[in-house]
Amino acid sequence: MRHLVSVLVQDNPGVLQRIAGLIARRGFNIESLAVGRTHQPGLSRISLVVSGDDAVLEQVEKQLNRLIEVIKVTDHAEPHVERELALVKVGIAGMEERLEVKDIAEAFRARIVDVARKSIIFELTGDSTKVNNFVEALRPYGLLEVMRTGAVGMSRGEQVLKVREKKAV
Amino acid sequence: MNGAAAILKALEMQGVDLIFGHPGGTIMPTYDALYDSPIRHVLVRHEQAGVHAATAYARASGRVGVCMATSGPGALNLVTGLQDALMDSTPVIALTGNVPQALIGTDAFQEADVVGITQPVTKHNIQVRNVNDIPRIIAEAFYIASTGRPGPVLIDFPKDVQQAEFTGTFDVEVDLPGYKPTFKGHPRQIERALEALQKAEKPILMVGGGAQNAAQEIMVFAEKSGIPVIPTLMGLGAFPGTHPQCLGMPGMHGSVAANRAIHHADTILAIGLRFDDRVTGKVSRFAPNAHTIIHVDIDPAEIGKLVKTAIPVVGDAKWVAAELAKGAKKLNISKWWGQLEDWKTKHPFAWKPKPHLQSQEVIQAFWEATRGKAIVTSGVGQHQMFAAQFYKFDAPRSWINSGGLGTMGVGLPFAIGAALARPGELVIDFDGDGSFQMTLQELATLKKLDLNVKIVILNNGFLGMVRQWQDLFHARRYSEVYLADSNPDFAKLAEAYGIKGITLTDKARLHETVKEVLAHPGPVLLEARVYHEEGVFPMIPSGGAAEDMIIENPRETVAGD
Ligand SMILES: Cc1ncc(C[n+]2csc(CCOP(=O)(O)OP(=O)(O)O)c2C)c(N)n1
Repeated sequence: MRHLVSVLVQDNPGVLQRIAGLIARRGFNIESLAVGRTHQPGLSRISLVVSGDDAVLEQVEKQLNRLIEVIKVTDHAEPHVERELALVKVGIAGMEERLEVKDIAEAFRARIVDVARKSIIFELTGDSTKVNNFVEALRPYGLLEVMRTGAVGMSRGEQVLKVREKKAV
Repeated sequence: MNGAAAILKALEMQGVDLIFGHPGGTIMPTYDALYDSPIRHVLVRHEQAGVHAATAYARASGRVGVCMATSGPGALNLVTGLQDALMDSTPVIALTGNVPQALIGTDAFQEADVVGITQPVTKHNIQVRNVNDIPRIIAEAFYIASTGRPGPVLIDFPKDVQQAEFTGTFDVEVDLPGYKPTFKGHPRQIERALEALQKAEKPILMVGGGAQNAAQEIMVFAEKSGIPVIPTLMGLGAFPGTHPQCLGMPGMHGSVAANRAIHHADTILAIGLRFDDRVTGKVSRFAPNAHTIIHVDIDPAEIGKLVKTAIPVVGDAKWVAAELAKGAKKLNISKWWGQLEDWKTKHPFAWKPKPHLQSQEVIQAFWEATRGKAIVTSGVGQHQMFAAQFYKFDAPRSWINSGGLGTMGVGLPFAIGAALARPGELVIDFDGDGSFQMTLQELATLKKLDLNVKIVILNNGFLGMVRQWQDLFHARRYSEVYLADSNPDFAKLAEAYGIKGITLTDKARLHETVKEVLAHPGPVLLEARVYHEEGVFPMIPSGGAAEDMIIENPRETVAGD
């Protein structure tokens, strides 16, 4: 099972290393990890995609909670928004190909961010499946480079991840 | 005041009166400030011994142990001891020097990424980058180390931080938004636990190292309910070994009664233990009849980590045990007790008499002579298991050994730390000839401090525990475990350090020698030359279950002596 887990942390130096190290050390399987600042100074938010059954997920959450700098951990079992950003560079042989590739991009609502004589870079956001499909659709044309961020996510509705008492340590 | 002086002032405010350490270039400003500080410093001969001594100081006293080292090699020598303290949930603060901030990351002389390296072996660690943060960071470190599930915290001080002028305040508040340990267990869960026990036909209570603080409350609960009690290796002393309700320790070298009780139990109340694989054996075959496991632990991550828990109680062992004691009622389990008594009397820990001196009888003799009134430490190996089996621990915090990491060499530094934590009390270190040689340089520290520590080396001339496994599982191919041809004369070694040394070879002189050791004021090293091919039994082979328990040495029933 694939789970998206959000972690609110104090962004002290080394905190990302601490989290990545813990996950690796405990043998949990991470598919992706994305991190960035929040609107509150001193707080960062991490999105982790892990795979495993419920017991694995529970241990991931409990072990993360043991870290002093971890303020809150949530797994997004409830309806949530999930996005990945991808940059895809495709090699272009001729005019005809160029038009085909542009059609595909349009269908996926990808943006062109760079055009050169023999290549185009597209930018796409979406959940992992959408990005996968986009990449697969372009594969026959000659992928030169694909760069994807990890997934980031947020619960729908009023539910938020905020500073308050952790359940327990 | 410079940063170094601020460090010591902040430590003083945390109640620190003793630091175990070893100096070096990058921690020198703090050593300089120590010259004017009321805090006592004990110079160990190797940093590993410093962190071990601090660990034992904490375990024996219930306070926080503190150790100090210089950057690079000094700090790296702490790694084993930090992991040891982490595994056995001991509150220790390690202070390390580092190269000046301007040199960090440049491969400067004696630089190492100490914060990175010690991340996995500490509960938390931090580098101080601003001199004025010193009091807050130290206060937070003590709070983190000593609350919740206790553990080691390392604070790294670049040299320039120690040298900078301190202009901050010591009036600090601990505010850690991500750290809020749960102290009180959930009342409804405690109620459910009591109900489950009341319904049980074959209940047992297991107590671990996390219950050392709760000995009194556990006693009240145990006596009110009449439940059988099984203290783990780390829990020895949290319930008296001589109490009629005590079944002895469980696990790989546990008692027959304890292991069978766990195998047949329908309900298990576990307080302050983490179901280590040396206790459970193969987890899938652990306690197969226990439909209800009640797990009390202050660390929620331990609950459900290895065994399926029916009733989780997150909270402080002392607090939860007191609540359990309040609600306890006599359990109706006389039939169960009949069975347990039978196992207990048929299979006590025992040894087959031999013409040679044996480790078990040496330990037994010390137990009898001291009436159990000593703090006991050990190295790691057979002697550790024999000490756990044959020295009956009646008081909490009286047995200090390396349970989780199994660190050879802890015996002597543990003994030093324990003796300093509890002045006036007798400390006995039952050590192995292999283990002892890993930290024997601390004889110098012992000599200088002139502590009442009795080192009893149970010299079997082997890395005995490894030899036992080779004997049982590797067709007696004794690969690289023989020590006897190159061991020192341990008594002479002690004498070289100015410590009284005695050698015992003759079984007939055991009791008078024990008396002689105990009568001598100050440190003594006794080398007892014991039977060289002894095995620790009972034994559950690694990865086995209670049913696979080998009760007696199979070699002896076949080959004899
Ligand atoms: C630092 C370290 N290295 C290796 C081991 C593996 N080990 C466990 S017990 C043991 C033998 C211990 O020998 P000794 O101290 O003489 O005690 P005995 O078993 O003979 O009583 C060894 C090598 C360990 N536990 N710790």
